[in-house]
Amino acid sequence: MRSHMSMLAVTAALQFSAQAAWANMVYVSNEKDNTVTLLDSATMEVVKTIDVGQRPRGITVSHDGKFLYVCASDDDTVEIIDTATHEIVGSLPSGPDPELFVLSPDGKTLYVANEDDNLVTAIDVEKKSVIAEIPVGVEPEGMGISPDGKTMVNTSETTNMAHFIDTSTHEITHNVLVDSRPRFAEFKPDGSEVWVSSEIGGTVSVIDNSTREVKHKITFEIQGLRSEAIQPVGVRISADGKKAYVALGPANRVAVVNAETYEVEKYVLVGQRVWQLAFTPDGKFIISTNGLSNDVTFIDTAADEPVKSVTVGALPWGVAVAPN
Amino acid sequence: MVMKSMVPNTPAFLFGLFFLCVNASALQAQQTSTEKTAKPPIDVQIGYLRAYEPQLALSVLDVPPRDEGVAGASVAINDNNTTGRFLGQSFTLDVTETKFDADVVPVFKEMLARGDRFVLTDVSAGQLMSIADIARDNGVLLFNVGATDDSLREENCRANIFHTAPTRTMLADGLAQYLVWKQWRKWVLLYGSHQPDQLYADAIRRAATRFGATIVEERLYEDRGSARRTDTGVIQVQKQMPVFTQNLPEHDVVIVADESEVFGSYVPYRTWTPRPVAGTAGLIASSWHPASEQWGGSQIQSRFLKATKRRMLSKDMQAWTAVRILGEAATRTSGNDPAKIEAFIKADDFSIAAFKGQKVTFRNWNWQLRQPILLADGRGVVSTSPQEGFLHQYSELDTLGIDRPETKCKLN
Repeated sequence: MRSHMSMLAVTAALQFSAQAAWANMVYVSNEKDNTVTLLDSATMEVVKTIDVGQRPRGITVSHDGKFLYVCASDDDTVEIIDTATHEIVGSLPSGPDPELFVLSPDGKTLYVANEDDNLVTAIDVEKKSVIAEIPVGVEPEGMGISPDGKTMVNTSETTNMAHFIDTSTHEITHNVLVDSRPRFAEFKPDGSEVWVSSEIGGTVSVIDNSTREVKHKITFEIQGLRSEAIQPVGVRISADGKKAYVALGPANRVAVVNAETYEVEKYVLVGQRVWQLAFTPDGKFIISTNGLSNDVTFIDTAADEPVKSVTVGALPWGVAVAPN
Repeated sequence: MVMKSMVPNTPAFLFGLFFLCVNASALQAQQTSTEKTAKPPIDVQIGYLRAYEPQLALSVLDVPPRDEGVAGASVAINDNNTTGRFLGQSFTLDVTETKFDADVVPVFKEMLARGDRFVLTDVSAGQLMSIADIARDNGVLLFNVGATDDSLREENCRANIFHTAPTRTMLADGLAQYLVWKQWRKWVLLYGSHQPDQLYADAIRRAATRFGATIVEERLYEDRGSARRTDTGVIQVQKQMPVFTQNLPEHDVVIVADESEVFGSYVPYRTWTPRPVAGTAGLIASSWHPASEQWGGSQIQSRFLKATKRRMLSKDMQAWTAVRILGEAATRTSGNDPAKIEAFIKADDFSIAAFKGQKVTFRNWNWQLRQPILLADGRGVVSTSPQEGFLHQYSELDTLGIDRPETKCKLN
């Protein structure tokens, strides 16, 4: 870990420190130009762009903030980047065409969806070795993990299921049918529910984690937009479990959903083809990647208003924010 | 592909082989599912009736592969079996081949005797009509994956035939929208002398009227039965095509209507005046393209390539989509009951994902699949229609092809 913080916020920003509560590094994967853009969450400005492998999509930061993991889909690998030096320091044996992944709460295991092989690969991050390969449905994509780390959920896009996987046995315990082309799985912080977005079906299925059944389906309606354009992808639920944000793809909006009543409260206009989302650690902002307009939007979660859009690389796909 | 090396017209052998290879994966699925559910798997048997004869093309690159369409269906069978593994369902494909001008009734009846209740067809409009009512009387659902004839969705529409192949009017409208968006509104139409060419030309004429383009002149290219490819033929063609396109009024684009591959592919780069070519040559409208990678398309493309050792063509996608529709219906209705599956597919909220950037649905007035149309040359996708700005009160996809207010279809 880096030593003591500078007192000056400006200096802090320049040092790319991941420790300051008011300034966290934001990492955005740019699918088309093989780069990751680094932004400062406080100034909302780009601080650096680094070259990574081909077709970077899924992106996440280790829980201690020391490493960045990036799915280099066309290189069939997950790259490990040192967040202090921004150098690629290694890779993980992800299997072919990794797109999305999720890190276990203890930070030891990375679960990767391999779209081409209908597999989920569990990787020991420290040993850089494959622990298990779990056969799932056609085109696995979305990856969510329960807060206790005991259950992992993978969604398969053509099979249209959420597969619940016991992380101790690496066996599928439940298969839950959802609407067409499920893209993302997000657990509520209390572990009671899993929210699964369906891009083509246009819905978010709320699955009760105790019964493993769909208890509610959230639908979206935006005046002046045809229903085909509403394609839910990224989903994030606030730390207090009260609010959810759903990226609606070519609808160019992020839906704000009351996570207790499932009512859609607002649609926030961001950029074109909004894809993935990430909160800042203090929960004050949520950041959206807008693929076709090549920018990210910072949304103020108190007012649920867009604050600033910042141009990044070509086709921004995923976003991750360094922890405090 | 196994099929490639085999002599045509051995449907029984073909069928047996297919059953064998598809059943292997079904067996695996069965083992996995019995562990989980301890129930015998439900088999969903899908028939595939195909008229096939080796075809010629002006370019050897355009000769249809031996397993065109069938390969798409078998990749979808594998996809369905991956899903079926979790639900105790297994899917099999029963392929029957016949000739272009054959009476398909006897072979179709054999398929019924083998228990096919869902049948994909890649046959002519006439052949399809000859089995439509037999299918209806036996509670069989047909999926037309090959014929683009509008008549099958209009005056000859049937309540038991779903069409995943687009119509000629959908293809022509998709192309026309793009040309009009480009402000290329003055067209010359060169059409062939065979019936499919004439039907394609009709669709182009309709599209011109519909989207405000003008056909400034039409020319017929008579098929005089010359060989498609001869050693020195290209030298003659270089002289023929400019002459054929000489003295045309001012125009923006040359539209070729030659489904029969008699002259169309010779037109690009050989016109008297330098103009882009579109239609059945040059910029071609289709339901799919081997280079389409948008909207998750690279996933199906690589899956298809791995399974078949070639790239995916439109008819493969049309067959893939039909089998996936059946798979989805079997999954959601937890069984293989044709009545339940039909009701599921015909429900108002039915939709399926087919790598086209939006859900695809059926027109409930003639059971034609609504779908975006790709416009592509030999190398890659140039654009996808409907184009921006072509609006519709129900679905923008209904700006492509004959729409509900104009339809002649009356379903019982």
